[in-house]
Amino acid sequence: MFAGPIQELVDELGRLPGVGPKSAQRIAFHLLEVSKEEALRLAASIAEVKDRIRLCERCFNVAESELCAVCSDTRRDLSIVCVVEDPRDVVAVERTREFHGLYHVLGGALNPIDGIGPEQLRVRDLLVRLSDDGIVEVILCTNPNLEGEATAMYLARLLSPLGIRVTRIASGLPVGGDLEYADELTLGRALVGRREMSG
Amino acid sequence: MATFRDEGVVLRTMKLGEADRIVTFVTPDHGKVRAVAKGIRKPKSKLAGQLEPITHVTMMCWKGRELDVVQQVQVIDHFKAIREDLDRMPAAFTMLEAVDLVAVERQPMPGLFKTLTGALRTLAEGTGPVLLGAFLFRLLDLEGVGPIVDSCASCSEDAPLVAFDEHAGGFLCRSCRSGQPVAPETVELVRQIVGGQLRQALAAPPSRATAEVERIATLTMEYHLDRQLRSAHLAPGPQ
Ligand SMILES: [Zn+2]
Ligand SMILES: [Zn+2]
Repeated sequence: MFAGPIQELVDELGRLPGVGPKSAQRIAFHLLEVSKEEALRLAASIAEVKDRIRLCERCFNVAESELCAVCSDTRRDLSIVCVVEDPRDVVAVERTREFHGLYHVLGGALNPIDGIGPEQLRVRDLLVRLSDDGIVEVILCTNPNLEGEATAMYLARLLSPLGIRVTRIASGLPVGGDLEYADELTLGRALVGRREMSG
Repeated sequence: MATFRDEGVVLRTMKLGEADRIVTFVTPDHGKVRAVAKGIRKPKSKLAGQLEPITHVTMMCWKGRELDVVQQVQVIDHFKAIREDLDRMPAAFTMLEAVDLVAVERQPMPGLFKTLTGALRTLAEGTGPVLLGAFLFRLLDLEGVGPIVDSCASCSEDAPLVAFDEHAGGFLCRSCRSGQPVAPETVELVRQIVGGQLRQALAAPPSRATAEVERIATLTMEYHLDRQLRSAHLAPGPQ
């Protein structure tokens, strides 16, 4: 245990994803050592995201106003939706420059052991969008791992009665890797080579 | 640094830092093992795709104080038929979740490991309607809390058994009955499962009795663990 404020900082940092107690201590002592300006810049940018960034009301991507940058771009193709797990995957797909439609961010993938079922994801919001938005194709762009594949299979089954074309990114992506780390070329090829998925 | 080799089934994984994962295995000789798989989330990682939940592997790890570190992995079985079938996945997830809760770190559990790999192989070959129930009852048996099936769990009379109560630890006769009412075929199926006639039980076609076996097995496991099996309640099923 450290003196009051340091321990509080260590505890707060330790709550961040992927930060264990050792790393939390290291970061806390790093922040103690850097100049006050540098540390306050970090604090200010945290405050800034919390003030200015919210979720897009249509696709749940990160946004600075009601709609995100993609949804408010009038050149986008409104008839095709790419379903991803996370806003970081939107960035990965955008980098490929192969996709010109809209997104739907689920907020994760099915993971029953961790208590994540369809109710914990934005599945209902997707169904609402599909019922009145003139969408003709849904591309399932979840991670190429067990949870992502299960989510894609679940959605394919759920959407099959709606008469919408449901496709899955091609299997060229290495299994188990995170989409956000896939290089643009491979991910771009996977998007172009997407195949129809039956429920 | 000391290393060890073992077989393992991946139970779950959790993101760690930039590109790593903490992988939880169950192994025959080292019980539950939690090990860091470094760089696994990078698509070019040699480990990527080899340490997804449900995968059966042999592995070599560095022994750490709290977490071990995965050094080498060789896949024995991906159980592809399970991971490509939405209808088989819930049973597999429930098995992994129950094992995760029952297994103890660094305590050998060869019986449990054999039961799990056997059940996953059976599930990959085709789903029997009592497979999950049979697996959970076998697990309870290994834990020393298998169900009482030969006589009434309350009065020990050799009377016909008509109900199942997880609090009583088994089936009950007409005068002691509490819990769930059950069909005579259900009692027979559970007797086969715990009495070494598993093959026969697994061949049973779907019926009220096979549904009851899964239900009472899940209830008993949840009672034993004192918590819900999440996978059994919110796994993705047919709409
Ligand atoms: Zn949007
Ligand atoms: Zn009795």
